[in-house]
Amino acid sequence: MSGCMRQEPDGARADYNFAYLDEQTKRMIRRAILKGLAIPGYQVPFASREMPMPYGWGTGGVQVSAAVMVPEDRFKVIDQGADDTTNAVSIRAFFERTAGVATTTRTREASVIQTRHRIPEEPLREGQILVYQVPIPEPLRFLEPRESETRKLHALEDYGLMHVKLYEDIARHGHIATAYDYPVRVEARYVMDPSPIPKFDTPKLADCPAIQLFGAGREQRIHALPPYTRVVPLDFEDHPFEASKPDHPCGLCGATDSYLDEVIVDDAGGRIFVCSDTDHCEARRDSGHVGEDTA
Amino acid sequence: MIADALAGGFADPAIDAAHAFRAVMDAMARPGTIRPVAGAEPPAPLSPAAGAVLLTLCDTDTPLHLAGSLDDADVRAWIAFHIGAPIVGSDTCTFACGSWADLVPLSRYSTGTPEYPDRSATLIVEVPELTNDGAVLMGPGIRDRAHLSLPEKDAFRANARAYPLGLDFIFTSGTRIAALPRSTEVL
Amino acid sequence: MYVAVKGGEQAIGNAHAWLAEERRGDPAVAELGIAQIREQLAQAVNRVMAEGSLYDPDLAALAIKQARGDLIEAIFLLRAYRTTLPRFGASRPVDTADMACDRRISATFKDVPGGQVLGPTFDYTHRLLDFKLAAEGEVPPAPERDPATGPVPHVTGFLNREGLIEEEPGVDTIPPDLTREPLEMPAGRPLRLQSLSRADEGFVLSMAYSTQRGYARNHAFVGELRIGAVAVEMDVPELGFAIEIGEITLTECETVNQFTGSKSEPPQFTRGYGLVFGQTERKAISMALVDRALRWEELGEDFEGAPAQDAEFVLSHADNIQATGFLEHIKLPHYVDFQAELELVRKLRREAEEVRSSALMGGLASHDGQEAAE
Ligand SMILES: [Zn+2]
Repeated sequence: MSGCMRQEPDGARADYNFAYLDEQTKRMIRRAILKGLAIPGYQVPFASREMPMPYGWGTGGVQVSAAVMVPEDRFKVIDQGADDTTNAVSIRAFFERTAGVATTTRTREASVIQTRHRIPEEPLREGQILVYQVPIPEPLRFLEPRESETRKLHALEDYGLMHVKLYEDIARHGHIATAYDYPVRVEARYVMDPSPIPKFDTPKLADCPAIQLFGAGREQRIHALPPYTRVVPLDFEDHPFEASKPDHPCGLCGATDSYLDEVIVDDAGGRIFVCSDTDHCEARRDSGHVGEDTA
Repeated sequence: MIADALAGGFADPAIDAAHAFRAVMDAMARPGTIRPVAGAEPPAPLSPAAGAVLLTLCDTDTPLHLAGSLDDADVRAWIAFHIGAPIVGSDTCTFACGSWADLVPLSRYSTGTPEYPDRSATLIVEVPELTNDGAVLMGPGIRDRAHLSLPEKDAFRANARAYPLGLDFIFTSGTRIAALPRSTEVL
Repeated sequence: MYVAVKGGEQAIGNAHAWLAEERRGDPAVAELGIAQIREQLAQAVNRVMAEGSLYDPDLAALAIKQARGDLIEAIFLLRAYRTTLPRFGASRPVDTADMACDRRISATFKDVPGGQVLGPTFDYTHRLLDFKLAAEGEVPPAPERDPATGPVPHVTGFLNREGLIEEEPGVDTIPPDLTREPLEMPAGRPLRLQSLSRADEGFVLSMAYSTQRGYARNHAFVGELRIGAVAVEMDVPELGFAIEIGEITLTECETVNQFTGSKSEPPQFTRGYGLVFGQTERKAISMALVDRALRWEELGEDFEGAPAQDAEFVLSHADNIQATGFLEHIKLPHYVDFQAELELVRKLRREAEEVRSSALMGGLASHDGQEAAE
């Protein structure tokens, strides 16, 4: 049953099970995903396996992607919003080789998207699955290092620590000094870590038509957001949450509503701002949009 | 009988299980949606859908409770060969399978602990039919409202009130499935 | 005109090709064989097997070759391979009292039945570089004697007879397995021991050392250290009895530690335990000390706040594959988060600057006012 080899039609290497993981491991991960979907925002422990890439490099996301993938999927991988960053390239190649799935860089065409640190600019749709790579799934971890304690705080719905931290930020800086990995409350119950996405992306977590799955391999946790889940950034009435981005248009496509990377272009420290979502930027340029720095 | 037990599993286990899981995941993520599942031909009275769900989610690590008429020699033999799940009572199971009448009362199953609400049973409920009418559903996974033919309402309302503790349900009928997680409000 | 950098795939391919070339080194120098590594770098092989949680000297040697001698990288290779192996069953617990000992020493008694056996140890070597080895490594055969046969009782057993050391009776419950279940706190002793046995040698060594220096000191004596081969047996249901499926070399360390007791309870020594694949005695002794430190609660001792007493701290940070992965991942691009932080810091600086300059302006104004009044 488990350990069966997939016969690749083209005679390619068949020395892996479909999507690398053995069936027993996939079942264990699949059970964790279902419990995660049933309890949105709650971190389900799972027996993360040692993968052939290092912990911290997307092993959680890779295991979740492997557990949900079907041969008909079109798989997209982004890191920092880009399809061509080295680790995204490496993970994409891993699934091309072990699952034989088609891949794409187009957000629109992808059925499963694995991401590190970004949510694509193009709104996701029903039928898509967004898999996040998560380094530290516990939103309270840097306020309380012990898992035994944070688990109790979630059980008691005691998020006072987090509010104190945010309030101290305001007292000191005049603002909540969290620019990425911004904590959110899910369905008025669990405070959840959305992985280190910039604050700019936080509102996209809510009411999303796609299924959002979060895999933390080293920390052995999976959490999930079903479509159309209520996800609210933690804030205060007098200091409401504000999604922010660099106040520039993209130098390549002129977009004013996309998240931007700051790129240093010469030794004098000259810089331009370009879309972090490479697919979004390319699609805009293909349809004729032009930025100031393309001349 | 032995020959029957050996037959009816997934022909291509990795691929069939992947497809079946996508259907189950989609059903659980979007309460009220009805999805087809294929690939399993278990002995009656187990439905092909319930067989596929068991093949996809259960193994030697998941104690399984067979309720009422499903606790049958042919079904046990099939599960022993294809799945290997230890057959246990309702109080220690992680999965239970049976008709609604045979599964209730729900107080017999583990609903998890405040620290680990995921350590709760998943009930695979064999129902005569699945349609998108009847109970009105609201909650995560549902855009506005969804409708699903549920065997009753009060038990599911009580289950949702215990959130985040609770049971999660997969309904199976013939070759179709739907699901109702504890997070769904049944109006 | 700005063009975004592309070509990750090619860059990776080129990096791998370069790495392979560097691994081989100067082709004029003979290539290292797996057997050479297995036979002549046996301590490296032992460490890789122990922390890789896979007893296979040839695969460990291959991993060391592939990893260019980076042992943590080799351990990683072995771990990643290990997870793909199907699990046919579990062996019976090995019986270390039946060990064919190559080495057996006790620090608590001058002599023990069967005698102290030094075995192949570095202990009394003078650490002088042996320049002869640079030319040739051929050695004359070592003196031999007939091996002792039969069981070798544990030294702690002698203390046990007098009731001088706490009992550690066997239990039939199946121990947890952190390679199959997520780590959960609080962790019982079997799980802690499993974690320590595959933990990073350097980490366990430093933790153990810290207890010796007073961070939860537990006065450890090496009651016994033994190294040798034990039989691995597995029950075969079809046969109805156990068969020997192989032999593995283990290092076992039992420490005799500070006693507990009270006015009503007679004092008794306590135990620490270490068991590791291969000849790995630094690790096994360290493990026994840390095991003992982690047992403070069950022995009714105080938590002194020492790192080695803190099971959650020790177990969460002992695994070098987890640690190195997360540490090294900060090499990956983080420019999206950094950009977000950069914007925030710029904004906060701008606002702080405005507050400062308006305070400065306000200060000047009132100063002027004061002067005018004088
Ligand atoms: Zn752009």
